[in-house]
Amino acid sequence: MATETAKANETTTGEAHTARWGMAIDLDRCTGCEACVLACHAENNIPLSDEASSAMGRANHWIRIDRYYEGEFPNIKVKYRPVLCQQCDDAPCEPVCPVYATYQNAEGLNVQVYNRCVGTRYCANNCPYTVRFFNWFDPVWPEPLELQLNPDVSIRPGGVMEKCTFCIQRIQRGQRDAKHEDRALADGDIQPACVQSCPAEAMVFGDLTDSESKVSQWAESGRAGQLLPELGTRPRVFYLERAK
Amino acid sequence: MTTLAHAAGRSHELIREDLLRPLRSTSPLYWATLCVCLLVILWAGFAWYVQLTEGIGVAGIRRPVYWGFYIVNFVFWIGISHAGTLISAILRLTDAGWRKPVTRAAEAITVFALMIGGLFPIIHLGRAWLFYWLIPYPNERLLWPNFRSPLLWDMTAIFGYVTGSVLYLYLPLIPDLAQAAAHTGGWRAKLYRILSLGWQGSDRQWHALELAMKSMAVVILAVAVSVHSVVAFDFSMAIAPMWHSTIFAPYFVAGAIFSGIAALILAMASIRRFLHLEDYLRPMHFDNLAKLLLLMSIVWLYFTAVEHLTVWYGNEHLEIAVLNHRVAGPHAPYFWGMVVCNFVIPFILLGIRRLRTIRTAVICGVTVLIGMWLERFLIVVGTLSNPPLPAAWGDYAPSWVELSITAGTFAGMVFLYLVFVKLFPIIEIWEYEREAEG
Repeated sequence: MATETAKANETTTGEAHTARWGMAIDLDRCTGCEACVLACHAENNIPLSDEASSAMGRANHWIRIDRYYEGEFPNIKVKYRPVLCQQCDDAPCEPVCPVYATYQNAEGLNVQVYNRCVGTRYCANNCPYTVRFFNWFDPVWPEPLELQLNPDVSIRPGGVMEKCTFCIQRIQRGQRDAKHEDRALADGDIQPACVQSCPAEAMVFGDLTDSESKVSQWAESGRAGQLLPELGTRPRVFYLERAK
Repeated sequence: MTTLAHAAGRSHELIREDLLRPLRSTSPLYWATLCVCLLVILWAGFAWYVQLTEGIGVAGIRRPVYWGFYIVNFVFWIGISHAGTLISAILRLTDAGWRKPVTRAAEAITVFALMIGGLFPIIHLGRAWLFYWLIPYPNERLLWPNFRSPLLWDMTAIFGYVTGSVLYLYLPLIPDLAQAAAHTGGWRAKLYRILSLGWQGSDRQWHALELAMKSMAVVILAVAVSVHSVVAFDFSMAIAPMWHSTIFAPYFVAGAIFSGIAALILAMASIRRFLHLEDYLRPMHFDNLAKLLLLMSIVWLYFTAVEHLTVWYGNEHLEIAVLNHRVAGPHAPYFWGMVVCNFVIPFILLGIRRLRTIRTAVICGVTVLIGMWLERFLIVVGTLSNPPLPAAWGDYAPSWVELSITAGTFAGMVFLYLVFVKLFPIIEIWEYEREAEG
């Protein structure tokens, strides 16, 4: 029985190897259109917030577009940077959680166990990228948006943390589909909602252990860098931009 | 011996009468204060009820300031709890004669401040009803808490500290309870008799008690230092700018002792005044405590200066953002207010001998409490307002829920203390008797 389960797991992940999921974002291509933000909301059942609570700082966006301005008006240049959970290999959010609600799984994802979270919010304080979000209340969607909820993603109750999962539901579906069709998972088979919806094709997602994958190649390019690398968090999101 | 001469000149009976008097007679002012406190506590309870039923969003915390008043209050009250341990344990171990009327007042502060402070980590949880998931107990989910998390160390330390400080308060109370049982009647006598555990004052019992008190004094001292170090670790183990600092553990311990002495001065002044124990709590006691407060004020300034100078000179951009926000930005009034409250006022009022009276000691007690509360606010909120990515910067203001619960805890402290002085002699009777016996 145990060996059967182990075998099943093996085939679920394609071959015998375990993927290390990563993402690369080309900032020179990003137009700041926020299609990724919208897609993420729809895909991951992220609650909406009204104007007042957004102004207060309570809007939850698993991916956000940070804007940085250069120069003085009117000669101003805006730089956009989509920021999402960096899925760090040395994630500062993980060790501080007293109840193991967040940990790194075998494929390198920093997963959040909603049912386990008691809401100390320590992980959010210790995240240098401020990409962890808290459910201040039980979520509500204005009519008729409650009819479009994604059945693959659980609804988070009030009082728990949440964050970008790299669309783990899509990763699992991709792996399952590949298994059923008895084929190996190909690069590009799995696309998180943000990557899929980016009109400028500024984002790629894939397996970092596969040196042929697009994400590996982007991550290896001379333009690639990481966010706040000096903190030693070893993020698995790479940003590509021209050197100044 | 001379220190207690004023009171020791009296007979045993008179001293006992003096110190048991608050247990027998109660003034209208007492009841009025008790009722006001109770109302504030009930209001705070209502606020917490709203928070539990509506969601913690009714509080003002928000992204990126995920910790607000609740954690500030937590650190503040745990700090206050250091009054008892320092005064009592150090003075007991060094056998300082003047401590006698001070120790129990201090030990009671420790227990109550811990009871109150210990509530905040639970109040601040998103799902407070699941707080017991932090306790390591065998369970059907086969899950253990994460021992790497400073919050778990915190929980362990505070549980240990509460247990120890209750014992430490209780031990010296035993002989007094036996006396009180003999000199009161009704349900009180019954209660005291049970609590006095059959104390008869035999040599064997005294010997055992002395040994237990000495041992507990050593243990509680170590526990107290470690507890506030662990509270500091909640911050310094994080990589947030200006939290991740090696100085935090001793800085927090010193700050805790500082605010603890301030609270003790206020409690003693109230006891002296409202329970009419002027003959026992002499100006000399306040003078000694005021000198201790002055010393800690200077220690505090030293730590604060070292901490901020290092950050400023290091000029590391993430930390400089927090520092600027604190000393020259939106938090500057709080920061400089804190310096005035914690150093300038105590240094002038207590440093100049002519100005050092009971009244100025009380004034300094109040300003130091305000200053130390502000310090915790600056540490918690200042860092969280300025996360590494500037795009995520944000500010924080408490809602009525946080304000109500905060007010409730202060009322709770007064309430618990009022009940305590009505139930138990706040000054150790047996210490006077033993002294009179020589």
